[in-house]
Amino acid sequence: MKLLVCVTKTPETTAKIAFTANGTAFDTNGVQYIMNPYDEWYALVRALELKEAQGGSVCLINVGSPSNDTVIRKGLAIGADEAVRINAEPKSSLYVAKQIANYAKSEGFDIVFAGKESIDYNGSEVSAMIAELLDVPFISYASHMELEGNVATVSRDIEGGTEVVEVATPFVISAAKGLAEQRIPNMRGIMMAKRKPLKVVEPIAADDLTEAVGYELPPAKSAVKLIDPENMDELVRLLSEEAKVI
Amino acid sequence: MVLVFAENIKGQFKKNAFEAVTYGAKAAEIMGTECVALVLGTVENAAGLGTYGASKVYHVADSSLDSFDAQVYTAVIAAATEKLGAKLVIMSHSSTGKSIIGRLAARLDAGSVPGVNTIPTVDGDLKVKKTVFSGKAIAEMAIKSDLKVLSVMGNSLQPDASGSEAPVEALSVDVPASRIKVKEVKRMEGIVPLPEAELVVSAGRGMKGPENWGIIEELAKVLGATTACSRPVADADWRPHHEHVGQTGVAIRPNLYIAAGISGAIQHLAGVNNSKTIVVINKDPEAPFFKAADYGVVGDLFEVVPRLTEAIKKHKAGA
Ligand SMILES: Cc1cc2nc3c(=O)[nH]c(=O)nc-3n(C[C@H](O)[C@H](O)[C@H](O)COP(=O)(O)OP(=O)(O)OC[C@H]3O[C@@H](n4cnc5c(N)ncnc54)[C@H](O)[C@@H]3O)c2cc1C
Ligand SMILES: Nc1ncnc2c1ncn2[C@@H]1O[C@H](COP(=O)(O)O)[C@@H](O)[C@H]1O
Repeated sequence: MKLLVCVTKTPETTAKIAFTANGTAFDTNGVQYIMNPYDEWYALVRALELKEAQGGSVCLINVGSPSNDTVIRKGLAIGADEAVRINAEPKSSLYVAKQIANYAKSEGFDIVFAGKESIDYNGSEVSAMIAELLDVPFISYASHMELEGNVATVSRDIEGGTEVVEVATPFVISAAKGLAEQRIPNMRGIMMAKRKPLKVVEPIAADDLTEAVGYELPPAKSAVKLIDPENMDELVRLLSEEAKVI
Repeated sequence: MVLVFAENIKGQFKKNAFEAVTYGAKAAEIMGTECVALVLGTVENAAGLGTYGASKVYHVADSSLDSFDAQVYTAVIAAATEKLGAKLVIMSHSSTGKSIIGRLAARLDAGSVPGVNTIPTVDGDLKVKKTVFSGKAIAEMAIKSDLKVLSVMGNSLQPDASGSEAPVEALSVDVPASRIKVKEVKRMEGIVPLPEAELVVSAGRGMKGPENWGIIEELAKVLGATTACSRPVADADWRPHHEHVGQTGVAIRPNLYIAAGISGAIQHLAGVNNSKTIVVINKDPEAPFFKAADYGVVGDLFEVVPRLTEAIKKHKAGA
């Protein structure tokens, strides 16, 4: 099995979000970065498990600048065999997907894994786009997956339930919670990662069809109104008359 | 023309479809064009989508579309878009819509914005807003391509049913064979799924154990709310995974979010802080959640929650 795992870099989950230049750019000052949790915890680990069970190789792919290499090396430390970084600023989903699909096409992967969404842009688009560009099936929000030969049985999260589908390779899958258990890299993995190949590839030409033109923070909450724990009638009155939500 | 893909569940249209059509009609008005709906598979009452502002409903009735395949749906919606000459395609930001929007954008080489929560403005480029950084910020996005695709975040506008029924016309487009097999669809019956719920009652580790959830379920039942939980609760299998809200769970924006025994960690807030009204019940007055709350009750949830349930019962009986 030849497996490709798309990994992206996101601000760490407790990062304070601020903007500079009149709200036109994300303020990266003091922000720590991590591998997008869905990519690291679920997509990558499930790919590694499949490789361990049936043999094959796991390749990581990222579209980004050289500063992403730390995050990519972490993926290698967790157990991926090799990595490719497409050396470009990931400005829009379709741009990123075109880069990844172009690389994947030339290599012929059996399964392309991605996270269900990036926790910064929250687009949930890149994986679907790759599937379309490769003209293969797409299974989103996978929370469980078994593989027999080249046929996968996948449970995917839908509103208020799950759907079970069967799909043969090649396909693209987006990973949700439950697909695997997070793995912490060990010392040996970290040492080995330094020697694993991280290939840098130049991007193909593609346009950005969407652009973020401004950012703002959600309106600040006014101070909390404290209600006497003995007096829930008062809370109900406020919810009904003031907030008008019940 | 604005084309709204209105999804159905077992032939029925739900609130998210009505929201998408309402959104499409408003966008069409701004763009000075008409809004039509597209429905797939075996459906009931397609004409009813007219009341939400569609001037016509196109129906691709092929029953193979009764089960969902992102690849097939994309091909069909793309064919309809081209055949009808639509310039803006709209769908719900549901598990279905989210699985299609990227595919469709890639297929049509269109600019897309998933999860929008404002009606577009058009001066030069079309601009919309969406939340980013898991609810911690809002981005304004401009789409530069001629053809555009959007998905509408649940609960970001009120469905407007002031129109009248629309004519339904069969649309003939090529439906490719599916390369996947849907073996089973399991849905909880009679419960509004979290992303669509207007009222949500959520609880965390302060509950001590799964055996204590009766009081939360009772409160939810009396309110007609959907239940949710914090991540450690789902991780410990106290509650099903689909109830997990937050940065790594479901992001929601209900009218009312009641959180009992949840500390309000930043990753939890990220998925819920777009709720219209937040009520926090916590015995620790220093719990960070109070900073994000509209109403706070400092007290023991095992006493406060049943008391709240009784107060709501009384309110409902009186109303
Ligand atoms: C990368 C990452 C992603 C994460 N994503 C999420 C996410 O999506 N969603 C999420 O929820 N968390 C997420 N977390 C975890 C998050 O950081 C917190 O650990 C978690 O939200 C805490 O859950 P809790 O509030 O239920 O538990 P605790 O923090 O243990 O809080 C329990 C609260 O209950 C109160 N309490 C106890 N007993 C009572 C009582 N009798 N009456 C009233 N109050 C009582 C306590 O005062 C306390 O405030 C994430 C963490 C990381 C690192
Ligand atoms: N720049 C990138 N490089 C590689 N993979 C990416 C990149 N951006 C997004 N992805 C993948 O696509 C998934 C969904 O991202 P998004 O569509 O931005 O929500 C992520 O979880 C990654 O697996």
